[in-house]
Amino acid sequence: MEATIFYMLAAVAVIATAFAITEKHAVHAIVYLVTSFFSLAVIFYLLGAPLVAVFEVIIYAGAIMVLFLFVIMMLDLGHPEKAKRPGRLEWLPAAVLGAVILGSILVLVTAHHPALPAGVSFGIRDFSLLLFGNYGIAVEVISMQLLFALVGALYLGRR
Amino acid sequence: MIVPLIHVLILAGILFIMGLLCVLVWRSNLIMILIGIEIMLNAAMLVFVGGAGQWGGADGQVFALIIMALTSAEVSLALALVVYLHRRRKTVNTDEFSDLKG
Repeated sequence: MEATIFYMLAAVAVIATAFAITEKHAVHAIVYLVTSFFSLAVIFYLLGAPLVAVFEVIIYAGAIMVLFLFVIMMLDLGHPEKAKRPGRLEWLPAAVLGAVILGSILVLVTAHHPALPAGVSFGIRDFSLLLFGNYGIAVEVISMQLLFALVGALYLGRR
Repeated sequence: MIVPLIHVLILAGILFIMGLLCVLVWRSNLIMILIGIEIMLNAAMLVFVGGAGQWGGADGQVFALIIMALTSAEVSLALALVVYLHRRRKTVNTDEFSDLKG
């Protein structure tokens, strides 16, 4: 049952991403990407990461994509007739490169099957203990980085 | 683990390649380049979460959370840069920004 849902959501994510990267209209691409992120969030939940799933919806689909939409509308970029769409001449070499890389990834992934130990499950409590205990330094560093990003965005955005 | 780890890795690989294709194909549009980077970072997060689900440690989820915070910092700066560039040249076409001093 859960495996079936996983494969369906994987198909939804891949198809939505494919539409997003071939879409000429930037706003439509963002909406397709939100669809893809929602299905990825449910995949995260199925893989045993409810907190990451919730943050995927809140931060990615909620904040980052809305930031994209905000910038697109503020700069008035939503005119697909003005945008230059890449032709077949640009898709072909990129598709060849992507096929080569994807083929090598598939070969490497499916080449050897190590005997994986069965993992123990854990809850949000263990997650929080690990995040603020072992990785406290990382939390501090990432908060400093967010502060620097704020200062940089303010500097770039001033008139 | 509901599905084999290999299937998760294959899905993440397909998504990563799609992000890479987006960056390669739409290299003259700043917004689409940023969208491609988002797709690639999401694929990386999927690998971390899949590994955490396979081996049963929460470390992968912590790293996924850190990637998310990193992405939000990166996107805010990148979109501020897009606004800045658009203010200078009234376009987001990367071919227009070819001179060092302007």
